[in-house]
Amino acid sequence: MSHEHASNVGRIWKVFGLLSIITIVEVILGIVKPEVLQFNTFLSMGLLNWIFIILTVYKAYWIMWAFMHLEGEAASLRWAVVGTLVFLIIYLVFILLVEADYIFEIFKNSTIKWNF
Amino acid sequence: MATTVTTSAEGKTWGGGKEPMGISYGKMMMWFFIVSDALTFSGFLAAYGFSRFKFIETWPLADEVFTHFPFMHGVSAPMYYVAFMTFVLIFSSVTMVLAVDAGHQMKKNKVILYMFLTIIGGFIFVGSQAWEWKNFIKGEYGAVETKGGSILQFIDKDGKRIALGEFAADIPSERVADTKSKGIWFFGNETLPTYSVEEVVEGFKAHPEVLIRTEVIDPKTKKKITLSREESLKRIEGTQYVVEGANLIRNEYGQKLFADFFFFITGFHGFHVFSGVMINVLIFFNILLGTYDKRKSYEMVEKVGLYWHFVDLVWVFVFTFFYLV
Repeated sequence: MSHEHASNVGRIWKVFGLLSIITIVEVILGIVKPEVLQFNTFLSMGLLNWIFIILTVYKAYWIMWAFMHLEGEAASLRWAVVGTLVFLIIYLVFILLVEADYIFEIFKNSTIKWNF
Repeated sequence: MATTVTTSAEGKTWGGGKEPMGISYGKMMMWFFIVSDALTFSGFLAAYGFSRFKFIETWPLADEVFTHFPFMHGVSAPMYYVAFMTFVLIFSSVTMVLAVDAGHQMKKNKVILYMFLTIIGGFIFVGSQAWEWKNFIKGEYGAVETKGGSILQFIDKDGKRIALGEFAADIPSERVADTKSKGIWFFGNETLPTYSVEEVVEGFKAHPEVLIRTEVIDPKTKKKITLSREESLKRIEGTQYVVEGANLIRNEYGQKLFADFFFFITGFHGFHVFSGVMINVLIFFNILLGTYDKRKSYEMVEKVGLYWHFVDLVWVFVFTFFYLV
């Protein structure tokens, strides 16, 4: 596609500022760990962890869109990359975490205690 | 022969100015690699999540494990160091985009400067990771492992962690590590910890103020559960090993798999950073030699740039799942 050869320096620094602010927020939340966020859950995951994961995905979006320049690529390439990753990763994580939770229950509620 | 006449270069993919998905061959291959490598890392992180969910009640708390900061001994500074590492990597990503941007405008000297900064950032990150590993392997307080495989840590009355050396008894005994020079053959044995099991157990009994902290997380406080003195005395009897620091078999922080995943995933990522730095150095010399100036295109910088951002991208996830969540 057309890579415009005009300088993007201003925008690059803006994205850097954004990524830095998100990281600082994450670190502050990680150190303070506000009780409201830590002990309230949504879909059986703590709100704090939801915030961390959403901010992470948001950071990943900006790295891929601005730094890896996906925003300037053809839609077909964007879908080929992002679609594949999003589908396969959600699929894999869903299966593994559900299975792990099942094994956790078995360890907890039955006589099997073998730690491997 | 009307059938063989081609009016345009349609038949030649990547020939005659035609590019599938509007992207050059080299960049597309880099994207292929990045997608497959991203799936590899997802596999590792998902496996880490699997093990963590399996032992969700006993998994180590990251802010108790990674507490070191350079020149601040004995100060518990969780998160700060790894936040610093994250910034180093994000910043080197920024200098990399700036190099790509300068390349678009064919400004050779600017590309040289930004590539140089990117390489420095990469070296700082790899060095920081080595330091993090050193602290992780060395450990700080030490712990004991029971026959059942649980890790027991020690705390004083105020709930502060205490090191084995602060209470272990001094029992003179023969503890010899077998070496090749001491026999024609021997059964391999492990490096001996600083204190023997007896020394820790006797020392524990002699110090009534020392309590045991289990690896079990109390869901109400999200802190590790501490035992009473009576329970502690009962628990200490099951001691089988003294654990100092971390290796691939056991670690003083808790779950055995925790250290394995830490070494494997951060190690694999560190290897990527190291390869990235090496490739960056190669490209850096090519820029110095004017290769891309002559080619009238700095696309190679863009390609290594894609890889370098990918390494940053992976770190964003490693940071979240090892240190935050």
